[in-house]
Amino acid sequence: MTEMEERKKEFRTTVDGIAVNRAYTPDDISENEIDASLPGEYPFTRNIMSTGYRTRLWTMRQYAGFATVEETNRRYKYLYQQGQTGFSVAFHLPTQMGYDSDHPLALPEVGRVGVAIDSLPDMEDLWAGIPLGEVSTSMTINATAPIILAMYIAAAEKQGAAQSQLMGTVQNDLLKEYVARNTYIFAPEPSMRLTTDICCYCAQNMPKWNSISISGYHMREAGATAIQEAAFTLANGIAYVQAMIDRGMEVDSFAPRFSFFFAAFNNLFEEVAKFRALRRVWAKIMKERFGAKNERSMMLKFHVQTGGCTLAEQQPLNNVVRVAIQALAAVLGSCQSLHTNSYDEALALPSEEAVQLALRTQQILAYESGVADTVDPMGGSYYLERLTNQIEAGIEKYIATIDKIGGALEAIKRGYIQREIRRSAYNHQRAVDAGEQVVVGVNKYTSDEPLDLELLEIDGSVTRKQIARLSKLKSGRDNERVHQILDKVRQVARSKENTMPVLIEAVKAYATVGEISDALRDVFGEYKEPSVL
Amino acid sequence: MVSKKIRVLIAKPGLDGHDRGVITVAQGLRDAGMEVIYLGLRLTPEQIAEAAIQEDVDVIGLSCLSGGHLALFSKTIDSFRKKSHKKVIFIGGGIIPKKDIPALKASGIAETFGPGTPINKIASFIKAELEKGSDDNED
Repeated sequence: MTEMEERKKEFRTTVDGIAVNRAYTPDDISENEIDASLPGEYPFTRNIMSTGYRTRLWTMRQYAGFATVEETNRRYKYLYQQGQTGFSVAFHLPTQMGYDSDHPLALPEVGRVGVAIDSLPDMEDLWAGIPLGEVSTSMTINATAPIILAMYIAAAEKQGAAQSQLMGTVQNDLLKEYVARNTYIFAPEPSMRLTTDICCYCAQNMPKWNSISISGYHMREAGATAIQEAAFTLANGIAYVQAMIDRGMEVDSFAPRFSFFFAAFNNLFEEVAKFRALRRVWAKIMKERFGAKNERSMMLKFHVQTGGCTLAEQQPLNNVVRVAIQALAAVLGSCQSLHTNSYDEALALPSEEAVQLALRTQQILAYESGVADTVDPMGGSYYLERLTNQIEAGIEKYIATIDKIGGALEAIKRGYIQREIRRSAYNHQRAVDAGEQVVVGVNKYTSDEPLDLELLEIDGSVTRKQIARLSKLKSGRDNERVHQILDKVRQVARSKENTMPVLIEAVKAYATVGEISDALRDVFGEYKEPSVL
Repeated sequence: MVSKKIRVLIAKPGLDGHDRGVITVAQGLRDAGMEVIYLGLRLTPEQIAEAAIQEDVDVIGLSCLSGGHLALFSKTIDSFRKKSHKKVIFIGGGIIPKKDIPALKASGIAETFGPGTPINKIASFIKAELEKGSDDNED
C-alpha cells in the first residue's frame, strides 16, 4: 500500500510558527525537564491557583465604549444585564492622545472608537447608576492614564467609594505603544516616569487595583508571532519591574498587582501552550532575576482578547466560529479575564446583537462545554507539553537577545522590536496572498453575496454635544483655580514627585484632559518616532 | 506608456495608530517595483498634501481605521487640489463601511481596498489606472 502524500510540504502552527510533527509521543516531553508542578504551585505552568475556575469563573469583560457617556453608560448596563462580570472602557482617540473634543485634530475622531471623556463630569456621568466601589473596571488608557485614573478615583470618591476599595486595571503600558499601538504622546523616559508614578501610587493607596496591564495583544495584532508576542511582553515586564526597583520600591510591594494582556489567535494548541509557557517563564524571572519572595509576585495574571485581525470582513458569520475557538483557547489557558470579539469586528464597533452573541460564546463555554470544571484540562497532552517547552525556549532566546541589546527600552529605541514584528507581519501577508495560509471566505471558499448587517453608526452629533459640554464646563468653573493648578502640574512634572496627587486635584478643579496633557507637553515635549520603514 | 518608476505616498491622516496595513502595503508595493514614501501617522490632511506635492508622487494612499475617513480623506484631496493640478490617483483603505464608498469616490478617491485585499490587487489597480491616465494624455 502506497503512503499518501501529506496536505502540505511543511506544517507549522502559524506562518513563522513552530514546526508540527505528524504525531507526538511521551518521548517528546522527556528530553526537557518535565514540569510536574501542580496548579497553584511554582512555577504555575498549569494555573496560578489550585482551584482554577472551580471556585470562580474568569471575568467576562467586554471592551466597550462609543459616542457620548450616556450611550456608553447604556451599553455598559446592557452588558451587565446580559451577564458580563467586569467593565472595560474604550476611550475615543482624542482622550487617548491628550486632546479635548474641540481640538482641530480631534474633530473627525470624536466618539468614533470609544467614549468621549474630556473632563471629570464626563467620567462621573459615564458611571451613573453603577457603584464603582463594588465593580471591577479595566480602562484601556496609556499616555493619559494618570489623568484618567485620577478622574476615576475622583468620580468614585463622589459616589462614596474610597480609593482603597476600587477594583480594576489601567493599561498604562507605554512600551508597547511605541512598537504597536501608537497612542504615545511623550518620549520613552517621561512615559516611564508617568507609568511608574501610577504603579507607585497604586502600590501605596490602592491594594485592589492592578496598576498596569503589560500587553502583548497589540504586538500580536501588529503581526508578531506567538513567541514574539510572549517574549516582547515579558521583556517589557522586566523593564517595568526594574524601573520600579530603580525608584526604590520593594519588588513584593508592587509585583502582585502587575497584570498582563494577551491575544488568543486561531491555533488552539499553540495559544494554550503560549499561556502556560508565559506563566512558567514569568514566575522564574520574578524569583530568579528579581528575588521576589511573595508567591503572588510570581503569578502571571492576565486578560485575553480574541484576535481582532483574524476576523474577516467577508462572510462575517464565520467570525463567530473563530471567536469560539479563540475563547476556548483562552479558557483552556486559564486566563483571569476574557473579551470576545463580535462578528462585525472588521466592519464597525459591535452592534447589540453581535456583542450579545460574543458574550453568549463565553457563557456557553463556561456552563455547557465542561472545560471550566477541571484545572488545566489539556495538561499532559504530549503535543501541548512539547509546545509549551518550545515556546518557553523561544521566549528565553528572545529575552537573552534583548538583554544583550540593553533591555526593552533600548531594543525599542534601536527599532529591533519593530523590525521583528514587521517582518512577521509581512511574511504573514505574503503567505495569505499566495494562498499558503488559508483564510476561509477570504482566499478560499469565497462567495459573492455580501451579508447585510445592521452596523453601529456614530454620527456627527457627538462632536457637537461634546463641544457644548466643554463650553458649559469652562464657563461654569473657577478658571483662575484651573490656571493655578495647571501651573502646579507643570511644577510637579518637572520635579521627581509623584504626579498622581496633583492630577487628582486638577481633575477635581475641572481641568480638562487636553489642558492637563498640554501642561505635561510643556514639560516633556512630544515624541516623534523615527521611521523604521 | 508609463516608463519611469511609479511613485506612491502612503500616509495616515488623523489620530488612528493602526499601521500594520499601511506598512504591509508600502512594502508590498515596493516589491512590485514602485517607489514608496511612507509618511507615517498622525498627520493632518495639509501635511499629507504638502508632502505629496513636494515628492511629486503619482499615487496617494490614505488609511484610516477610526471611522474619520469621510472628513479626513476629502480634506486631504481638497488640500492637494488647492495647490496642485497634477493628476494623481487617490486610494483609500482601513475600516470603511460600504455605504460610505460612493461619497468617498465622489470626493476623489479612485478605489478603496478593505480588509482581506491581496497586495497585488492594489498594485495592478495602480498600474492600470496610470496606463489609463497616460492613454488619455496621448492625443
